[in-house]
Amino acid sequence: MPVSQCSSFFDFIHQTRPELTPAARWGSEGHVSASVDEIQRHVLSQLAHGTTVLAVKYEKGVVIVGDRRAIEGYQVASRRMEKVFKTDSHSAIAIAGAAGPCMEMAKLFGIELEHYEKLDGVPLSCEGKANRLGQMVKANLPMVIQGLVVIPLFVGFDLKQREGRIFKYDVTGGKYEETEYHAVGSGGKDARVTIKERFRKNLSQPEAISLGLQAILSAAEEDLGTGGPDSFRGIYPTIKIVDAQGVRDVEESAVASQCDQLAQSRPGGES
Amino acid sequence: MTLPFYVSPEQLMQDKAEYAKKGIAKGRSIVAIEYRDGVLFVADNPSSSLFKISEIYDNIAFSGAGRYSEFESLRKAGIQHADLKGFMYSREDVTARSLANGYSQTLGTIFSQELKPFEVEILLAQIGEQPEQTELYRIAFDGTIIHEKEFVAIGGRADAVVSALRSLGSGDVLDLTTALTRCMNALETATGQNVSLQSLEVALLDRTRTGRKFRRVGAEEASSLLS
Repeated sequence: MPVSQCSSFFDFIHQTRPELTPAARWGSEGHVSASVDEIQRHVLSQLAHGTTVLAVKYEKGVVIVGDRRAIEGYQVASRRMEKVFKTDSHSAIAIAGAAGPCMEMAKLFGIELEHYEKLDGVPLSCEGKANRLGQMVKANLPMVIQGLVVIPLFVGFDLKQREGRIFKYDVTGGKYEETEYHAVGSGGKDARVTIKERFRKNLSQPEAISLGLQAILSAAEEDLGTGGPDSFRGIYPTIKIVDAQGVRDVEESAVASQCDQLAQSRPGGES
Repeated sequence: MTLPFYVSPEQLMQDKAEYAKKGIAKGRSIVAIEYRDGVLFVADNPSSSLFKISEIYDNIAFSGAGRYSEFESLRKAGIQHADLKGFMYSREDVTARSLANGYSQTLGTIFSQELKPFEVEILLAQIGEQPEQTELYRIAFDGTIIHEKEFVAIGGRADAVVSALRSLGSGDVLDLTTALTRCMNALETATGQNVSLQSLEVALLDRTRTGRKFRRVGAEEASSLLS
């Protein structure tokens, strides 16, 4: 049984089982000679990997929403993908980018938080979790150069400041806190525009959920990579609520009825 | 050149075992007992921040008696082992049996090869969805594994605690309050002193919880259970 003195699972597998880490598997060799232009073009083309995930603050916490579609080129790869994950009792993560590495990062980040909590006996602070995620995104840089982008959106309830917080990241691991809302992914811009028009401070929880769903609907209308509600198959966006009580799912039936209402009251549905 | 003294292997092992036992005997006792919804841990521990009982994985808990630095490093190794296994395979593939084997290997190697053996005893518990799936393991300083049923104790007066528990009855399904009362009574009988809730560390593996089953029980909650 190897013993490592650090409290980080991510560092632990780096030291003891480097073949299990995401970056090690892809390495940086082979693409080192690529020009900056080439890399940029590559990265930008891959950034278009479909998804819309978003987070909206409300009076008691944050609502985090994600669509369910995954694409490969112009094909739908999956209609039921989960992009929003609970990472510990008071935080959740939503991820946009290449599906495989995204899922892996979400899983690894969840284990990372739990590992720290078990070893040190106390959970990480909200800020600490956000910083750790930034370092993990940064460690993913060799993969970004190969086009496998992972852009997380982190949401946590800060038990000290007693408020919900939203953090966004860039591919280099830069961490930026958002004070009201944010959306990422190929439909992120459409979602942001929709939220911007209707957002106000201290939304109630149902209002925030409705706003999040409206933003997903807008993004799904404009963006190929974002899946809207699919009442035919019974597939609806995932919604989680993060507040002082912890992280919980909004029931799928509740999401379904909300989506139906929104679709009926939507202006310009014909265009 | 002078020849080193010859010490027979029997003598060497006996000396080491005596040394380790002495170290463990100085420590306080920890007891784990099965109750209706899982396993209850009670440790005689005046510190409210340096824990002797801790979570290893979803349904596995650990407890160590003896030298703090030594069982703390074993606890960390256990968490790393479990998290690594759960990450590589699946969460359900992490078992107390495999952890107990790992501890046994580590302690056995240290006991036979190092000059100073570890002065620790380890208690591992795992719960399943059904009460029959509960597993309790005690791992001794030399790597011996003992698979226990119903209740188990480690630390200074482990034998006295176990015999006290046995005299309180066995074979029946206990509720949490009865289980806690029995553990406290057994600790009191074994030490010959009154045990206060403030100087106890209490934790549960509770199968009614979703996700991670481990939970600490504070002094307030424990006293409300007893009242």
